[in-house]
Amino acid sequence: MAEKVLMKGNEALAEGAIQAGCRHYFGYPITPQTEVAAYMAKRMPKIGGTFLQAESEVAAINMVIGTASCGYRAMTSSSSPGISLKSEGISYMAGCELPALIVNVERGGPGLGGIQPSQSDYFQATKGGGHGDYKLIVLAPASVQEMYSMAFKGFDLADKYRVPCMILADGTMGQMMEPVELIEGEVKKYDKPWATTGTATHEGRNIINSLSLSPAQLEQWNKNRYDRYKIIEENEVMFEEFMMDDADYCIVAFGIAARVSKNAIMTLRNKGIKVGMIRPITLWPFPKQALINASKKVKAFLSVELNMGQMIDDVKLAINCSKPVYFCGRTGGVIMSPDEVIKSIEDIEKGVAQEW
Amino acid sequence: MPKTTKILIAGFGGQGILFSGKALAYTGLKNDMEVSWLPSYGPEMRGGTANCSITVSDTPIGSPIVDKPDILIAMNKPSLEKYFYETEKGGYIVYDSSLIITQATRDDVITIGIPATKLASDNGLDGLANMIIMGKTIKETNVFSLDQVKNSLSQMVPAKKAELLEKNIKAIELGYNY
Amino acid sequence: MVVFDKTKGLTEEPLHYCPGCTHGIIHRLVAESLEELGVLDKTVGVASVGCSVFSYNYFNCDMIQAAHGRAPAVATGAKRADPSKIVFTYQGDGDLAAIGTAETVHSAARNENITIIFVNNAIYGMTGGQMAPTTLPNQITQTSPYGRDVTVVGYPVKVCEMLKEIDGASYVERVAVNNVKNIMAAKKAIKKAFKNQIEGKGFSLIEVLSTCPTNWGLKPVDAIKWLDENMEKYYPLGVYKDKYKEEK
Repeated sequence: MAEKVLMKGNEALAEGAIQAGCRHYFGYPITPQTEVAAYMAKRMPKIGGTFLQAESEVAAINMVIGTASCGYRAMTSSSSPGISLKSEGISYMAGCELPALIVNVERGGPGLGGIQPSQSDYFQATKGGGHGDYKLIVLAPASVQEMYSMAFKGFDLADKYRVPCMILADGTMGQMMEPVELIEGEVKKYDKPWATTGTATHEGRNIINSLSLSPAQLEQWNKNRYDRYKIIEENEVMFEEFMMDDADYCIVAFGIAARVSKNAIMTLRNKGIKVGMIRPITLWPFPKQALINASKKVKAFLSVELNMGQMIDDVKLAINCSKPVYFCGRTGGVIMSPDEVIKSIEDIEKGVAQEW
Repeated sequence: MPKTTKILIAGFGGQGILFSGKALAYTGLKNDMEVSWLPSYGPEMRGGTANCSITVSDTPIGSPIVDKPDILIAMNKPSLEKYFYETEKGGYIVYDSSLIITQATRDDVITIGIPATKLASDNGLDGLANMIIMGKTIKETNVFSLDQVKNSLSQMVPAKKAELLEKNIKAIELGYNY
Repeated sequence: MVVFDKTKGLTEEPLHYCPGCTHGIIHRLVAESLEELGVLDKTVGVASVGCSVFSYNYFNCDMIQAAHGRAPAVATGAKRADPSKIVFTYQGDGDLAAIGTAETVHSAARNENITIIFVNNAIYGMTGGQMAPTTLPNQITQTSPYGRDVTVVGYPVKVCEMLKEIDGASYVERVAVNNVKNIMAAKKAIKKAFKNQIEGKGFSLIEVLSTCPTNWGLKPVDAIKWLDENMEKYYPLGVYKDKYKEEK
């Protein structure tokens, strides 16, 4: 077992990416993710890698496109307003079938919003974000250890399926320190015969492109990609079940909201109310089957989110509204206290809660 | 019975709040405990109010956010006022009495004033009120022993900054023995 | 006896450009340069958005198709990934001097070791003839139907004049392809820009004044004449910056 070190989430994520073989980072400063860039700026020159502070978030994501096109692991990170700017490039990457890692350490929005933690980019991350028919694999870490390990996972899934992958964290995940074990994960190498490495290195010409003026061809490209999404949905769902065995109520929460919910669950259990939690680790693909299974046992669901209610739509869709679904959320950078989650569950039990 | 201690250190940016918080978290780590450290961040760090949540526990930690501390270390008046009544029953409130004059009282917590800033300037330890008040806190609360904190601090501060380490330890001992 | 061979730097794909458009000439000059320098098989080209969007079909090397204006950023990522590759962008005036101004200026400021071929025909061609950042004062386009009124929409952007002030930029030259002499000079400049990259001399940009008979509403021959009489006056040809010239 590697020795545990105390690290900020942003730094652990950056180190994880380096350990996963990423040698090209392109970024732009924005709170609360700037430590990722600062860490990369320190480490990359010492290991023969590239750290480049771009002129904009737009330029940064396009630099990632350039590096990823050549077959190398590349990443960028930002926070909510910066991710909106990167969305053009992310759409191009999806269209060009380029693997890369994009990190969003979310802050409150819309607009310039605030700088405090938020999960209000759930829709943007899981429903596309940019234009066109596409999905991102979206990973939601809930600890500094997971910030580290998700960097591995993110690059691996991106390369495996030739899709851009996003780590959707929030300000607390980026800013907090926890002990982290810097485990040397397995870095699987994937052949990239499609990469633009010069015609000397492969048969014919390689072209990285998302343009087709033929509707029939573009439709086929999209269908092919969605076939791959289906395989991802079948094979790559990740979630954590917490005290679900005998639960009467199921909280659904990810990231920091799941951490707060765990405190609430412990208190509620002490009061004799049986509550459990399903924590999606992949927000896309969403753990539908786990929720369907839970819906056969529990009386109701409570979606706990740092937004005005986004993931809750996926909860209701997953269980086909077969059980009541309630919402507990704070937004704008405010984090709910465990007491607010406790009250939500108690209200449901008393029958005074409003269904979503 | 699992034991979890939630600590909140609050004051002005520049008082070394994040550092003393990190020292506590690091001490927890070095003693095989679960720990989390969460700072307030953003413009607050640059001169405004700052606070830092530290949780140490023998079981995995849920929320890293401390809004109802077991131990409150207040280094300015707004912070004391903000968290005075939020501190858990049976908890501790340690404040810098050279910066805060208060009449507020509670029967269900232990309140300790220590003139940390004055002690620091009287002893040539300017800027180390944070460590003086931490020394007093560990003495009163037993969250860690003096040796545990001194050991972890000596591992945390790089060898080339030995002088800094010495001053920090002097400050902790000053508070501990006050 | 073979007296002239098509360069291996171009594919067999027929060009889609309009009759009289000089994109074809510029493509050929780029392709010949890459072939003559022997780097075609280790070149990565970056296509832009505009009339040259399909240039990935024509250049006989690996190609990346970039978003509007972003080609210099994509090229930066590609070059940083593998500095042994020859990386170039091929961009029009809307792409480079409007939406992609930041990417252009900053890749020059960083002295990225890439080559930018900038085709300036003073109009948006692909979308059907709208005003470009380089459209001349009083020039009529679809979105300046009464002529470009500089008091309302401002003045054209002179890219070479702007970039020569950027410390990072190594080599900046403006050429034209409106007559044989100019085409020879353009070839020389483009080849030099690639040679610079091979020698690690950093950022080169060659602005090529080009025609758009279709959207200018002129016959090809008249378009050439219009370029002579109007564009060259506003955009004088010549070397604007050559960092390594002084060394000789």
